[in-house]
Amino acid sequence: MPAQGTLMRTQHAVGITSYGAYVPRWRVRTEAIAACWGRETSRVPIRAKSVPGPDEDTATMSIEAAQNALRRVDIPPGQIRAVWVGSESKPYAVKPTSTIVAEVLGLTPFVSAADMEFACKAGSEAMQTAIAYVGSGMAPYALAIGMDTAQSQPGDSLEYTAAAGGAAFLFGRAEQAAAEIEGSLSYVTDTPDFFRHAHQHYPQHGQRFTGDMAYFHHSLHATRALLDELGRTPKDYRWAVFHQPNPKFVRRLAKELGFGKEQIEPGFLVPLIGNTYAGSSLLGLAAVLDIAEPGDRILFTSYGSGAGSDSMSIVVTPRLRALRNGVPSVRDYIARRREIGDYGLYLRLMKKIHRE
Amino acid sequence: MNLPRYRRLQPAFYRLQAARCTACRQVHFPSRTRCLGCGSASMEPVRLSGQGRVLSFARMLHAARGFQDSVGSLTALIELREGVRLVAQLTDVEPDGIGIGQEVEMVLRRLRSDAEQGLIVYGYKFRPVLKRQAGAQAQS
Ligand SMILES: [Zn+2]
Repeated sequence: MPAQGTLMRTQHAVGITSYGAYVPRWRVRTEAIAACWGRETSRVPIRAKSVPGPDEDTATMSIEAAQNALRRVDIPPGQIRAVWVGSESKPYAVKPTSTIVAEVLGLTPFVSAADMEFACKAGSEAMQTAIAYVGSGMAPYALAIGMDTAQSQPGDSLEYTAAAGGAAFLFGRAEQAAAEIEGSLSYVTDTPDFFRHAHQHYPQHGQRFTGDMAYFHHSLHATRALLDELGRTPKDYRWAVFHQPNPKFVRRLAKELGFGKEQIEPGFLVPLIGNTYAGSSLLGLAAVLDIAEPGDRILFTSYGSGAGSDSMSIVVTPRLRALRNGVPSVRDYIARRREIGDYGLYLRLMKKIHRE
Repeated sequence: MNLPRYRRLQPAFYRLQAARCTACRQVHFPSRTRCLGCGSASMEPVRLSGQGRVLSFARMLHAARGFQDSVGSLTALIELREGVRLVAQLTDVEPDGIGIGQEVEMVLRRLRSDAEQGLIVYGYKFRPVLKRQAGAQAQS
């Protein structure tokens, strides 16, 4: 497929200055969900998934991820001129989450802030926009967050994987960055594979349709176009990160693209905590940055229903090592776990029990 | 909680903003316009570290409307690194998982749980300092 001119480049070279992650400590065993609905407990796609605590939501989780990003570096708050939160589980239906985050971080009032919406691609859309703000010279630094407390209909197949977590990325000029963005692109079509109307609590999805025509089509085309544009092959990359709806999809996507198991391993988190929606690919990228070494190339491709993918080529600089200064890693959050097997408590944590 | 009050409390609730006396350096939380130590009216805002330790704690058995999610949780008297003492709810901890002297750190959480209609009130809570895995970076 010809992909000439699809790459998006910035005026100034841009990079990831810092990053931070967050995963709540609660895990629900998926066999408890299966047992509640009379399904076979041996056929669950993953063993346990992360869920938010009773006092947590996308705002509080975004705040901790962003604080972790800011703790790794010493950037005056006035230099961070944009905060974008990509999510599909906002605390308020109408009222930006990004302003809460900006206020807590002490970045207000001269800061651009907005919430991004694009199913699981909302976080990478925030990243693209932050890259553009920095790359155009509008902001020295811009903060992009992808975070979700993913909602699923009780009894639906998505209930086994819809999870909570995400990551924050601080973008700045490439010369001071821990990893440089070599190029990015977006690939979008009107594909109604997953949607929710205003009056509904939970999204509807097409079963088979979400695979081939949605997740695989967009992830494959975006990634292949990026590789073509840069004249690269999967062999040029040490690591690859994709959106992770379930383990099976990720393994098949990596194989079709020509990426090996060892390339996806460090960022492959869905078997451990589930699908964190808008946080999924960003959290995977954060986990890769936790272990990557200078010179490593990282291929990053998100996917969001509706539908589209953002694909980016990233190369690690020697400054990444300086970010390992005791801020909790993705694996630290994954290791911190309080497991429950009680469907009632799970419903309470997911705020599905309504009181008046 | 009404909106003007919420806006007024935000610096303290969101960022543990305190007032430091420019004359005798004493730090006051909540903020004051006049120093309790020396009486000076010259105060400057400072952001507290959020790092501290538990001096005492109690388990909450009853809660007012809007705080139902706090039943069974722990509330602690905490001394911050700056010497400031405050009372705050603990989170991410089991009722038997805390002791006197426990090192804690501030996190931002939802304080009120009747959020389906009204304002969501966010503010500080404390949790045991998150454990870092030694050698987590060598996992590749
Ligand atoms: Zn004084």
